[in-house]
Amino acid sequence: MALLDVRQITKTFGGLVAVDNLTFHVDEKQIVSIIGPNGAGKTTTFNMITGAYRLDGGEIYFDGQPIHTKSSQQIVKAGIARTFQNIRLFKSMRVIENVLIGCHIHTSYGFFDAVFRTPRFREAERRAHQRCVEILESLDLAQYMDEDAKNLPYGLQRKIEIARAIATDAKLLILDEPAAGMNPQESEALMDFIFSLRDAGYTILLIEHDMSLVMNISDYIYVCEFGKLIAEGTPDQVASDPRVIEAYLGKGGAYE
Amino acid sequence: MKQKRFDLAGFAGRYKLPLLLVLLAALAAVPFLGLSSYVVRVFCMVFTYSILTISLNFVTGYLGATSMGHASLYCVGAYVGALAATRAGCNIWVSLVLAVLVGCLAGGLLGVCTIKLSGSYMTVTTLAFAQVVTMVAKNWTSVTNGTLGIKDIPKARLLGAELTVRNGGMYFVGLGLLILCLLFSSMVIRSKYGRAFIAVRDDELGARMMGLKTRNYRLLGTVISGALAGLAGCYYAYLTGYIDPVTFSFDISMTILTMAILGGLASLPGSIAGAAILTVFPELLRSLDVYRYLFFGFILVIMMRLRPQGILGSVKAARYTLPKGVLRPAAAMEQGKEGT
Repeated sequence: MALLDVRQITKTFGGLVAVDNLTFHVDEKQIVSIIGPNGAGKTTTFNMITGAYRLDGGEIYFDGQPIHTKSSQQIVKAGIARTFQNIRLFKSMRVIENVLIGCHIHTSYGFFDAVFRTPRFREAERRAHQRCVEILESLDLAQYMDEDAKNLPYGLQRKIEIARAIATDAKLLILDEPAAGMNPQESEALMDFIFSLRDAGYTILLIEHDMSLVMNISDYIYVCEFGKLIAEGTPDQVASDPRVIEAYLGKGGAYE
Repeated sequence: MKQKRFDLAGFAGRYKLPLLLVLLAALAAVPFLGLSSYVVRVFCMVFTYSILTISLNFVTGYLGATSMGHASLYCVGAYVGALAATRAGCNIWVSLVLAVLVGCLAGGLLGVCTIKLSGSYMTVTTLAFAQVVTMVAKNWTSVTNGTLGIKDIPKARLLGAELTVRNGGMYFVGLGLLILCLLFSSMVIRSKYGRAFIAVRDDELGARMMGLKTRNYRLLGTVISGALAGLAGCYYAYLTGYIDPVTFSFDISMTILTMAILGGLASLPGSIAGAAILTVFPELLRSLDVYRYLFFGFILVIMMRLRPQGILGSVKAARYTLPKGVLRPAAAMEQGKEGT
């Protein structure tokens, strides 16, 4: 059964149909990409899955449970975490504090526990910090734990954002253009990084413009244009699909 | 040669206990130095403004919402304290508790009014809120005695002894309240609540997408702020023995905001530094008469030019302190060593 099952979702903004009857699914422990030209509705789709937008039609199931009626908090708790196209780290906070925010929903103590430093507070804080240190170590980011997020280079900030998403105990990581603004070396390193995440048991849904990255990394690709699905398949199938070539290069591009 | 920068936070962290003890001993000795009660009263006002600045920091420093009506919460606390004393005959301790509780409610009300707002919209709402509070204080004559204010607020007592500025009693009450307020605030800030506040300030949408109920945290911030301002207000009422609506004007809101910014937003020591400087300085410059405001403004402009983040703003230890029982990862051992 698919981990994420998106059925005929629709989103309109005024007269514009941003996402039109889109159906796709993501199987467990796979890397699935959604590609398409600008304005194809990719980020809108992500916003719908994570609860930032309400659906105008359709259903989304995660792990067999409907999530399209839930709040973003409940969706994070269910096990979906995302990163953002334009990095949204907490800039003035240290790296470890950013990751601790990811742990926030699993750090359970009350206000009075915090004020009076109860054993419950100490235990929960210890466990949260331990978990964050482990995540940072596993991603080779531990040496940056004391830095303020804003002082780190772009590529590292992307990784910290992924670390923060992992800290929510997500099963599905949704990455919105992780390679945006990266040079070829950085994006190659990112590719290895995403592979290692998949090998660690995460399922990954990706939006990406960098075609070499998408073609090399994905198990399955969905291609959108104007909010509609125009093609799907393995990277090889998609690359040779005339509709995809048309969408990217324009009519006639396929024959030249 | 590269000059080694003095790591203030690192230094303070290393000698925390001795520094604190020396500071406390010095503060405890102040009333016994034979200073005039005028000087002791200035100290008491420093305590009051320190609590107010910490209170404002929960909204403006940690949650990033500029409040220009903070005197309203101060006003609520003062009136609750004054009324509890004159009408219900409560002693100062009961009055303080009542002022904190009503302060929570007032802060909560301000929070509910501003929960969907951000930036300038929020700021304008805080201004309006302060106007409403002042109007109520001026016109609800049967309770607040209108513009005449409430006078003859009885002196605070402890075990039968009167606590005044002259005998140092009010000094120690103020110092005690400030210490309580500092302990409380630092416990809140150094917990998941403090982290959540800063996350909401830095990126509210990002925080929501991490599963934080951001509105609850904003509300919590204003409630805490109201409680602390209420505490300061009640203390002030007992300190002066007389309050009226004019005492809690827009000027006071601006003063508190300036203290927070000058000391450094989102810094507890900064709050005290800002409050102390802006309380003591105008007193020292009293001889300059009205020209002191000119002088005063000049210093602020220079200060903002040279150190816009405030005196103690963005002072951070090089290393994050992990809780006991969590080992620092080997990879992070080299990072943030002393003096870097």
